[in-house]
Amino acid sequence: MQVLVCVKRVPASGGTPQLTDDGVRVDTRNLAFTVGPHEECAVEEAISLVATHGGAVTVLSVGPAEAEEQLRYAISMGADRGVLVDSGADELDPQATASALTAAIRQLESEGGPFDLIMFGNESPDAGNYQVGIRVACALGRAIVGGVKGITIDDDAGTATLHRGVADGVEAYEVTLPAAVAVKEGLNLPRYPSMRGRLRARKAELAEFRARIGTPGTPDTEGGPGAGEPVELVVHRGGLRKLRLRRPAETQSETVLLGHGSEAAPAVVDILEELDVV
Amino acid sequence: MLVLVELDEHGVAPGSLEALAWAHPIARELGEPLHAAVFASGTIPPAAPGDPLVDLSLRAELARHEVSTVHTITHPELADYSPERWGESLAQLIAGLRPTAVVAAGTERGTETMAQAAARADLPLAVNCTELERSGAPGAEGPDGPDGRSWRLARIRQGGMLLEDAELTAPIAIVTLAPGAAESTAAPNAAAEPADVPEMQSDVPAVAVERFEPEFGDRFVASRLVGRTTRDGGVSLATARVVVSGGRGVGSADGFGPLEELAKLTGGAVGCSRVVTNNGWRPHSDQVGQTGTKVNPDLYIACGISGATQHWVGCMSSKAILAINTDPDAPMVKRATYAVIGDVADIVPAVVDEIHRRAQ
Ligand SMILES: Cc1cc2nc3c(=O)[nH]c(=O)nc-3n(C[C@H](O)[C@H](O)[C@H](O)COP(=O)(O)OP(=O)(O)OC[C@H]3O[C@@H](n4cnc5c(N)ncnc54)[C@H](O)[C@@H]3O)c2cc1C
Ligand SMILES: Nc1ncnc2c1ncn2[C@@H]1O[C@H](COP(=O)(O)O)[C@@H](O)[C@H]1O
Repeated sequence: MQVLVCVKRVPASGGTPQLTDDGVRVDTRNLAFTVGPHEECAVEEAISLVATHGGAVTVLSVGPAEAEEQLRYAISMGADRGVLVDSGADELDPQATASALTAAIRQLESEGGPFDLIMFGNESPDAGNYQVGIRVACALGRAIVGGVKGITIDDDAGTATLHRGVADGVEAYEVTLPAAVAVKEGLNLPRYPSMRGRLRARKAELAEFRARIGTPGTPDTEGGPGAGEPVELVVHRGGLRKLRLRRPAETQSETVLLGHGSEAAPAVVDILEELDVV
Repeated sequence: MLVLVELDEHGVAPGSLEALAWAHPIARELGEPLHAAVFASGTIPPAAPGDPLVDLSLRAELARHEVSTVHTITHPELADYSPERWGESLAQLIAGLRPTAVVAAGTERGTETMAQAAARADLPLAVNCTELERSGAPGAEGPDGPDGRSWRLARIRQGGMLLEDAELTAPIAIVTLAPGAAESTAAPNAAAEPADVPEMQSDVPAVAVERFEPEFGDRFVASRLVGRTTRDGGVSLATARVVVSGGRGVGSADGFGPLEELAKLTGGAVGCSRVVTNNGWRPHSDQVGQTGTKVNPDLYIACGISGATQHWVGCMSSKAILAINTDPDAPMVKRATYAVIGDVADIVPAVVDEIHRRAQ
């Protein structure tokens, strides 16, 4: 089966995000970049699905040229090829992102046939728009289930069963392939890239498209791949525009130090008794 | 203005009560009536002929929020939830009604339905909003430019670590409300009291009920709900009063033994950090944080957890936090209500012993 995974380059930081002076974005000068945990699980799942059912894994990212790093990481895990849609340094809004991904997928499918399964993270860790996957699936006319933590493929029936956790249990959905899925961390435990995988990723050739902001009505692809020129995809801007980021007000309170080591145990139990839980 | 109202076994679901309370003043400010949309399947009593919404307590609840009209979406194919069918239904309702804005609670189902509807209507969607107001677009276009009306909104990002101010320009604004960002103004179950109903019937201003039947083509593509299993009882992480949570500092899967014991003694649940799930010490269902569960217990006990932002956003709504950590400068210690400095492997068993000692 042919599986496509959409991954986004995002800053990796454990601390409180520092903002640029104009407050428009997170200051990433001292940060490493990564793909979100949900998407890492999507890559892992795609690789193991293909190991069982045959086929190949393609990873696709819309972002700055540096998103190459995230594509190569996925290849080092075991993905077969990477496709970058260069959209420049500024983050696109969710509609534009979805339109760039859709145009790229149409282009790839016109060359290599349909992807049986297109995988997304449930939400991107930075913007958290909860919609890019759904928009792409709708544009392509495919079913999509979100929040998925379990996937089984039935090759003979051409279907997938998708499990997701809900407040009081688990729901199972069936989709006819080709279809799409948005997954959550917990689906699996992503592997670490092997040394051989890393070497392969370093040498891998990535396919590249270029995103150009266009006006509705113009064809999605133009020109065609001239000598050494990436295919241009026309992308439509959506109605949501980020103005600035800010930190929510935090109520700073003094920490009450109950003590050091096991001697603090009585003070801890006093608190539990106050809460009436012991 | 239209609010998508989700129902549970008690009536209007808590998140939707918040959404109604949040939308009400915005609608009033705009001088527009408030409408509600409900999917008349699943938990709602079957429609009676001529009155698609027979549940009086539900009507009363909607009237309390000054909802003037409720649209009940009914179709044989909507007996079970389906992301595509719910989204398509809502998109068709929106296309007919042309509301100024559509609001839903940022629940999993609310978000999924709104994203499906927005995608199908080719409209923008802003999720997890905390503020929304009309604004004039900058420049010559004025408030109603060629792409529609202009709104200012604030929404949460990164699980709550950052707020984003954004501009939304659309003929119809589609937004979800961040969970917990608004207070519901009516007690969830007040209207469900059977005794209230007859009295309410006379008081309550009439809520007009309109049945809406969407159309699905023969070749409509949708996922099919094929099974549902409900978890058997037990204390769940999301609702526990005490959460005993462990991080890298717990050291191993076995290291969680004393934490489990403490959870049992306090009627609580065990939680953990992402390092712990990545190491395979605990299942992912125990993970607290941005990509795990968000908890809001009376007491969160963070054992050997540094307090990275992605973890913090999952536990910051706790009423009190007790940090147990060898590092007095760890962010979790700095932000906690209480702290004990030292090795988890000493402290947690000592707390367990002390509980047993006092019980004697
Ligand atoms: C997009 C994204 C999403 C993420 N989502 C989540 C999430 O949902 N949940 C989550 O938890 N993380 C999440 N993370 C990871 C997060 O950034 C941190 O890496 C993680 O929370 C750290 O776990 P930790 O506190 O257990 O480990 P560490 O940061 O290594 O901290 C260990 C702590 O234990 C203390 N310690 C060590 N030994 C002892 C001892 N013997 N006794 C007492 N204390 C001791 C240390 O002083 C330290 O403070 C996410 C990251 C990203 C990029
Ligand atoms: N720039 C991007 N490039 C590739 N995939 C993306 C991009 N942005 C979002 N996605 C995918 O869409 C999912 C949901 O993103 P979002 O709607 O922003 O929460 C992500 O987890 C990714 O799988």
